[in-house]
Amino acid sequence: MSDVQVAVGAAVEDRVAVASNWKLVWWRFRRHHLALVSAGILICMYLVVLCPEFFSTQNPERTDARQAFIPVQTLHFFDDGWNPWVPGIAGKRNPVTLRMEWTTDPQRKVRVQFFTAGEPYRVLGLFGTNIHVIGAADPGQRIFLLGSDRLGRDQWSRIMRGTQTSMTVGLVAVTLSVIFGVVLGGISGYFGGAIDLVIQRLIELLQSVPTIPIWLALSAALPRDWTPIQVFFAITVILSLIGWTTLAREVRGRFLALREEDFVLAARLAGCSRMRIILRHMVPTFMSHIIATSSLAIPVMIINETSLSFLGLGIRPPAISWGVLLQEAQNIQTLALAPWLLIPGLIVIVAVLAFNLVGDGLRDASDPYSH
Amino acid sequence: MTAPLLDVRGLRKFFPIAKGLLHRVTGHVRAVDDVSFTVQEGETLGLVGESGCGKTTTARCILRAIEPTGGQILYRTGSDAVVDLAPMSAGELAPLRKDIQMIFQDPFGSLNPRMTLFDNVGEPLLVNGVRNRRERMDRVADLLRLVGLRPEFMHRFPHAFSGGQRQRIGIARALATGPRLVVADEPVSALDVSVQAQVLNLLLELQSRLRLTFLFVAHDLSVVRHISDRVAVMYVGQLVELAPTGEIFRRPRHPYTAALMRAVPVPDPRVSCDDGILRGEVPSPAAPPPGCYFHPRCVFAEDRCRREAPVLQEVTPGHFARCHFAAELELGMG
Amino acid sequence: MPPIPTATKPLLRVRDLRVSFRMDEGTVRAVDGVSFDVFPSQVVGIVGESGCGKSVTMRAVLQLIDAPGRITSGEILYRQGATPIDLARLPPRGRLMRALRGAEIALIPQEPMAAFSPVHTVGAQIIEAILLHERRDGRPIGREQARAMTVELFRDVGISMAEQRIDAYSWQLSGGLRQRAMIAMALSCKPRLLIADEPTTAIDVTTQAQILALLRELQRKYQTAIIFITHDLGVIAQMAHYVVVMYLGRVMEEGPVDEIFHSPMHPYTKALLRSIPSLQTEVRAALPVIAGALPHPFNRPAGCPFHPRCEDIMRERCAMAVPALHSLGPRRAVSCFLHSDLAEPA
Repeated sequence: MSDVQVAVGAAVEDRVAVASNWKLVWWRFRRHHLALVSAGILICMYLVVLCPEFFSTQNPERTDARQAFIPVQTLHFFDDGWNPWVPGIAGKRNPVTLRMEWTTDPQRKVRVQFFTAGEPYRVLGLFGTNIHVIGAADPGQRIFLLGSDRLGRDQWSRIMRGTQTSMTVGLVAVTLSVIFGVVLGGISGYFGGAIDLVIQRLIELLQSVPTIPIWLALSAALPRDWTPIQVFFAITVILSLIGWTTLAREVRGRFLALREEDFVLAARLAGCSRMRIILRHMVPTFMSHIIATSSLAIPVMIINETSLSFLGLGIRPPAISWGVLLQEAQNIQTLALAPWLLIPGLIVIVAVLAFNLVGDGLRDASDPYSH
Repeated sequence: MTAPLLDVRGLRKFFPIAKGLLHRVTGHVRAVDDVSFTVQEGETLGLVGESGCGKTTTARCILRAIEPTGGQILYRTGSDAVVDLAPMSAGELAPLRKDIQMIFQDPFGSLNPRMTLFDNVGEPLLVNGVRNRRERMDRVADLLRLVGLRPEFMHRFPHAFSGGQRQRIGIARALATGPRLVVADEPVSALDVSVQAQVLNLLLELQSRLRLTFLFVAHDLSVVRHISDRVAVMYVGQLVELAPTGEIFRRPRHPYTAALMRAVPVPDPRVSCDDGILRGEVPSPAAPPPGCYFHPRCVFAEDRCRREAPVLQEVTPGHFARCHFAAELELGMG
Repeated sequence: MPPIPTATKPLLRVRDLRVSFRMDEGTVRAVDGVSFDVFPSQVVGIVGESGCGKSVTMRAVLQLIDAPGRITSGEILYRQGATPIDLARLPPRGRLMRALRGAEIALIPQEPMAAFSPVHTVGAQIIEAILLHERRDGRPIGREQARAMTVELFRDVGISMAEQRIDAYSWQLSGGLRQRAMIAMALSCKPRLLIADEPTTAIDVTTQAQILALLRELQRKYQTAIIFITHDLGVIAQMAHYVVVMYLGRVMEEGPVDEIFHSPMHPYTKALLRSIPSLQTEVRAALPVIAGALPHPFNRPAGCPFHPRCEDIMRERCAMAVPALHSLGPRRAVSCFLHSDLAEPA
């Protein structure tokens, strides 16, 4: 047929012609520069999640009362060529307030090395190593890239550990929400009738419960003697218990809309089974939407976890999360004295912004067939 | 004479109107109300009417995409047994699905955009037992050639094709299972004028090559005239006229059919379309007027039409009309 | 059809209009050198298939081209008083353009449901338009007066129970009534130029016949100039005095309606007229078709846009150069190398 020859010409068009849905989504997402940068930031953060010890300079729980409230030691890279160092610090007790006052001393340089040996740890529980991405050249020295807290713990290393906890909570809670939401929303939307009615009323019930008090109550009910790991999982489950409802509604709506689509009817008329229609036609159609929605839900979870922990009701010390770190910055006196303790707040903002931008980009790109 | 391939008897589809918090049913939309017709093997029956007349609902009932409220849909199977599709369960319908297929109106919505042509066209084959991928590829290639597309396009996605080409793909998918009856729901109304003719010609050609039977649903009289052996006209859920194409256009027996024909703008500035314009609007199928549904708009309406609902009567052999005065009126095209 | 009114000066003169859309995938030249005239109290029909640029042309006249679209060149001369204004040069959101839109140039859109706000009554929206544009003795008119005018307009467009219906919301009206109300709104300020963008595409054929008859009657009564955009050749034949046939952003042929339908000159027009099934053609016979498909907008053929589908193609010429719109008389033009060897400057 000649019409076909007319429509097909340029190589570009050929490339588009065989591009799958995910490829089209990626091409559209790629155009969204802010989202792309944010995706890079998030990938870096998840690298930290995989192995925070590698990025730490020292054990995040190592305390030393004599090294409390050390300010940020800025990293310098050059000193007669490539030779990274941080300025040394000298403490002097103020005779009036009896407080230690730290001053940096650029003359005294503490040498820093990349990929240096330090504290041993295990990578993902698989193998042991003692290589850290950065650390003092002299293993006996401690460096405080982001300062230290009131117990003399290194904030840099604590943030690395906190990133692992908080980002994982967000991801796991959203994953649980997605599973609950897709399954229950799917059942509700596909079968309709009485099941739909029950699930919808349940969602309304859950959504009408004020969340903060219920979280407070639930997490206050967690036994005091649970290990940090147990508390951690309990918190994620509590967060996702509420989180699934919006997703379930969205999935249900999509199912209802998709049931009326011509290509779904065509599949039905062709003799496809219900399962096949759901798995081959309906789920792939809204999968990209679900991913976009979930990436917008993760920051909400992170904020929730941070708020709970900040209030002392979420993850509790000695476990470390961004919320736990921010607890250190709870009183005005610390803030005046050690403003660097607010850095975890900055990290939370960056992470939440990045998730939102990526989510926006994904949402815009998720339906490449809209005209 | 063998039994017709499809014999629809007294088909009804009512949609309940639910109101209030408790969804109490307060009335019914009589979308399809006592529709009967037959379709012989190898012929094309055109089903025309304006939006809301129930033509699409009728088609979807026959496909059993929706549940009919009442009536019979008698289908003669390949082994010459006559079965009623209307009361069948999904399980009973399953083996018959491959016999009755559908061509959709919207060439953009009817193909899964996330699947290649091979998957779209090959899916009916797969679920009907052609498990071997190689064999499926050959069959899909044949089907694409049949509808005038190059088999190499099999690995492309629908978004690479124009409206007319997608409609061809849709036709290839409908033909994949080797159907005997094809229900085409406005298959050319979303297409551009220059592409419409191509698709109509393709349907005519496929019909003669594959001995297909078409139920062709459309709102465009000129398209229906072009493709149908017989034409059925629907108005507010009812069949108002049914006759061979040549005859119905030469001598319509129902005033609505005649008005519908006159309403089509003639592509010739020398022919005036100013007279015989129908007044008023189509009544709602939820509250149709008493008597003949068409009487409020009919210039020939008399007292009897307001009181008494006409029945579909055979005016001349093979020509049915639902009008009290079908035999008397002179409605020929000027 | 009434004879073509022969006013001396055109009300609207479009000259070599070009509109392009810059997208990531490339630039789409949606309108690529379109010229036509609209004379007072004349109906100009623009006919073409999807992607031919007919709607973009209309939006350009109204200065409603949205980003990434842009009028790149050409003139849209609108005669208001003695000197024509070039609409293409006016700032789209400027005072003058806003005053022209609605008051002098009105639009009947394809989908009246989308054009009326669902939260205000239809009447309120028309009254609003009247209050905005209408002046009597240099002073704005009162609300009571505007309401009376609206009722009058509703009667004019054949809406029964006009007093009650102006207090209805658009979603309470049927498709036909809604389109009538839209026409009333378009006419509310007595425009000199009415642009009807596929006004009957979304409605049924018997209602379409009513609306077309109404538009013809109103046009005769008010002597409004109309640009009527449609893809339906039947509608064009019944509505227009003068026809512009477009394909892929270019004018293929233009001329009086009778000449276009009875002595078409461009191969595209000829093929288009042959390929439409009508109530006059033979039953169940293969229709003559235009081979091929409409090209993708990013993949416009070089040379004459129609050449890959043309039956009368002259190989070397048509594929290389774009034929210019060649005037064959005062009101007749065609762009095809069969009729004139004139090409567009490369």
